Amino acid sequence: MVDRTPSKEPMSGGDVPLRVVLAKLGLDGHDRGIKVVARILRDAGMEVIYLGLRQTTDSIVTAVMEEDADAIGLSMHNAGHMTLAPNMVKALRQAELPVPIIVGGIVPKDDVQPMLDAGVAAVIGPGASAEEVAAIVRDAVSASV
Amino acid sequence: MVVGIEPEHSDKDDERYTATESPEYQAFREAYEASPLRDVPFETMSGVPVEPVYGDGPYPGQYPYTRGVYSSMYRSRLWTMRMFAGFGTAEDTNARFHDILRNGGGGLSTAFDMPTLMGRDSDSPWSVGEVGRAGVAVDSLADMEDLYAGIDLGSVSTSMTINGPAAIVFAMYIAVAEKNGVPRDKLAGTIQNDIFKEYQAQKEYIYPPRPSVRIITDMVRFAAAEMPKWHPISISGYHIREAGSTAAQELAFTLANGFAYVEAAMAAGVDVDVFAPRLSFFFNSHIDFFEEIGKFRAARRIWARWMKERYGAKNERSMLCRFHTQTAGVSLTAQQPEINIARVAIQALAGALGGTQSLHTDSYDEALALPTEKAARIALRTQQIVAHESGAANVADPLGGAPYVEWMTDEMERQAEAVFAHLDQIGDGSILEGVYAGIENGYFVGDIAESAYRFEREVNAGRRIIVGVNDFTDGDDGEQDLLRIGSDVEDYQLKRLENVKSQRDGDAVASALAAVTAAASDSSVNMMEPILDAVRAYATLEEVVAAMETVFGTYVEKAIV
Amino acid sequence: MGRQLQPVQEMYREAKGGDRRALGRLLTRIERGGPPADEIGELAHVDAGSAHVIGITGAPGSGKSTLTGRLVELLRDNDVRPAVLAVDPSSPLTGGAILGDRIRMEGTPSTEPSGTRSTNDVFIRSMATRGHSGGLAVAVPQAVRLFDAVGYDPIIIETVGVGQVEVDVVGAADTAVVVMTPGMGDAVQANKAGLLEVADVFVVNKADRPGADDVRRDLDLMLDLSHVTGQEDGSGYRPPIVMCSAIDGDGTTDVWQAVADHLEILGKLGRRHIRRRHRIRAEIRATLNQALDSRIDDLIYSEVGERLVSDAQNASRSPSSAAAAVLDHLLGRR
Repeated sequence: MVDRTPSKEPMSGGDVPLRVVLAKLGLDGHDRGIKVVARILRDAGMEVIYLGLRQTTDSIVTAVMEEDADAIGLSMHNAGHMTLAPNMVKALRQAELPVPIIVGGIVPKDDVQPMLDAGVAAVIGPGASAEEVAAIVRDAVSASV
Repeated sequence: MVVGIEPEHSDKDDERYTATESPEYQAFREAYEASPLRDVPFETMSGVPVEPVYGDGPYPGQYPYTRGVYSSMYRSRLWTMRMFAGFGTAEDTNARFHDILRNGGGGLSTAFDMPTLMGRDSDSPWSVGEVGRAGVAVDSLADMEDLYAGIDLGSVSTSMTINGPAAIVFAMYIAVAEKNGVPRDKLAGTIQNDIFKEYQAQKEYIYPPRPSVRIITDMVRFAAAEMPKWHPISISGYHIREAGSTAAQELAFTLANGFAYVEAAMAAGVDVDVFAPRLSFFFNSHIDFFEEIGKFRAARRIWARWMKERYGAKNERSMLCRFHTQTAGVSLTAQQPEINIARVAIQALAGALGGTQSLHTDSYDEALALPTEKAARIALRTQQIVAHESGAANVADPLGGAPYVEWMTDEMERQAEAVFAHLDQIGDGSILEGVYAGIENGYFVGDIAESAYRFEREVNAGRRIIVGVNDFTDGDDGEQDLLRIGSDVEDYQLKRLENVKSQRDGDAVASALAAVTAAASDSSVNMMEPILDAVRAYATLEEVVAAMETVFGTYVEKAIV
Repeated sequence: MGRQLQPVQEMYREAKGGDRRALGRLLTRIERGGPPADEIGELAHVDAGSAHVIGITGAPGSGKSTLTGRLVELLRDNDVRPAVLAVDPSSPLTGGAILGDRIRMEGTPSTEPSGTRSTNDVFIRSMATRGHSGGLAVAVPQAVRLFDAVGYDPIIIETVGVGQVEVDVVGAADTAVVVMTPGMGDAVQANKAGLLEVADVFVVNKADRPGADDVRRDLDLMLDLSHVTGQEDGSGYRPPIVMCSAIDGDGTTDVWQAVADHLEILGKLGRRHIRRRHRIRAEIRATLNQALDSRIDDLIYSEVGERLVSDAQNASRSPSSAAAAVLDHLLGRR
């Protein structure tokens, strides 16, 4: 057996898995990316609350509250990101949930800065490695606490 | 004698490449010589005449059609160069259509925006931010009138990529044509209408599987009776592949879906030889050249054998797996986007060597946004080079007989058969029930997601090189000229919809919609005529969707991993 | 103020006032364990009433989440406020998890995007096992007590019925529901997993499928022949077998009726307090196990422990003698 098996770690403090809500807002059905990201984050030791397709800002807010999520990952593939992501930011602010939003999918370079300005914590570009994806989520969470 | 087929070498030399004495070859020769040929020299660029086919039989046009569905293949007719277009308002897309026709494109392919694909109107709260962005917005017959304005629908073939609300958009197309004096029996084209792959991959579903299949069966019966040149289903592996499947999964799931539609139609009393000849397929052409070619060849062989042996088809046309091919959007990289042109060229060549009936080549900028006009033109030019310069169109199945290609074809078939056996087992002897069960228990989505993740891990670990992404990354200047759709499209579309709603006869709409609902609750009624009446009255897409939804309910994906 | 710093009492007060955000945060504290979890336990212990605790379990793919979702819908339509705790396994390799029960439980989306569930009449929380079987056995009853204390009733615990701990968790509910489906050899599997002993209600889901009647017959046989009579042995209560199709919603009312009937019978038989006693005993035992586990680990990795391990490794003493020495330390006998 390996020394210091995980069961040694008490659940208080220390190494608690991050809890991340993953969702797609609106009608866009491209879920290859979000399913890959779900596995990447699971394999990076995070707990993924997978909401999947056709979510609304309300349903995401509810999930974030009840699941006490540390971060939200939104996957966007159909050019609606400039409308939908800022809407999500607003909804979270309204609910007083200081949870970072990370956007992945197809986001043209020129849109990245406006999205950050709108309150999105990070935008994951195409071709990001698994380590980068996990690191971006971790960094966004530590920056927001 | 046909141009360029006269051998200049001795008959003995000829034997090495083609068993010309065999009855199989004689039959091929007969069929070939009866086919009209294009008026071009079938010789190499150095002037060497080439045969229409080399190697052993069964030859192209002969069961099980591994080597091609027609004996003369591209010597008679090149594949249709079909370019997908759709963005903004119907008028914007209409202009693009005219552009494509002017540039020598032979068919129109329509992309709809996300709300339309999901059966939502532009004024639905779900549609905010998505109107006209990824395709054209269609809310009512009025938009379809604009979309095809100035185009003779009796002389082009149109392909419409829509599934969940396909019956309604199909009805709108027929209504537009009839308004322009083109009777429905003159209409040629394809509507995708493949709902199974929506639950498996693309996720643009509205109703649960069984009612959806009932609507499709109605469309099939309608087309069988009234529209001889229309393909009411294009069974699509493309999206399965884009969602991350392997080549063999794409092949297997797609053909299994095809078998399932055949079983559904047969159960509804449609003769297999009436239904099956109207089916067409749609495959992805990805970057692994020989695997793709093996997949295309295996698809034809499997389909022919299953149709003949399992479903008892007698009509040869029932056994032909004719397919459209699109290059793999998912293979395009956002990094150094120009190099995507090379990827597309390889994939287009695989499609041609695999014997496709039509081809869409992706634009190099599609990993970033919708294609610009220039990028779309380069994509079309790419397949024109394959067709007219490369010589690939001169000989049918030029790779047939190569040990690697034959092995790959067998291997693809073997993997697909294992999937069919599984579906047959979970469906208790019915592929249709097996497909329903696989949708419900997450078999398809789970396997696809696993394959996608495996691939990502390999790229991530550097075991697979993607040029410009995880190796050879120098040279990404990051400057791109992207097509952007402004929010003015949404404003325009909302006004237009408001106008349509205010000008139509509300009572007529209400009673037409009630008739749709009534038809939905009576499975003995074909839904097409009531839907046609509703769209003619300018009922909106979402209104017609809702009229059926009250009976059919909605579908929510439960199986996630 | 940073959310990590908010005092437990304040969050508890807010949660009792209907603030679901505070409740969500308290549940996180419970999951993490330690002093804050104990503090929540103290507060909730006072307010907890006697909410009906329902355990639902079944093999992966049995449709138990969909069934739970249907029950939640039904309860909500009847102005009842249920809470759901959906327990899913963590990956043993990475400690991560994909928790997808939520989307299986949420009702069908309404036509209006804003119309999806937004009221506070139901609360769904996903919980990963986090590789601590012992931790789960402590965290689940604490979470249930918290739900009870802030006013949710009934409380549904949903688990995958594969591990012993999950079976124990469900078996400790007032009403244990075991979900099966045709064609998976479920009855036999359930028997092996020890689920037949703890079940108060059997549900055969996907009852429209061929083979559903076979499952029912198998269960009936097992109940007849193996003298399996659920936990109320000797009371005359025989676990009912309810047929349903959760995906269409058919039979949901019957399932709920069977669950409610069971509670009533428990009451009539005066056995509900026995269930609660079992539950409390199990929780105390689990808490002790966890505490001991942690102390054992401390010892084993201490200087003394390392020396004992070395002794056992170089054969100067046996592992069992080393263990006896650790136990002596633990009990202060040395």
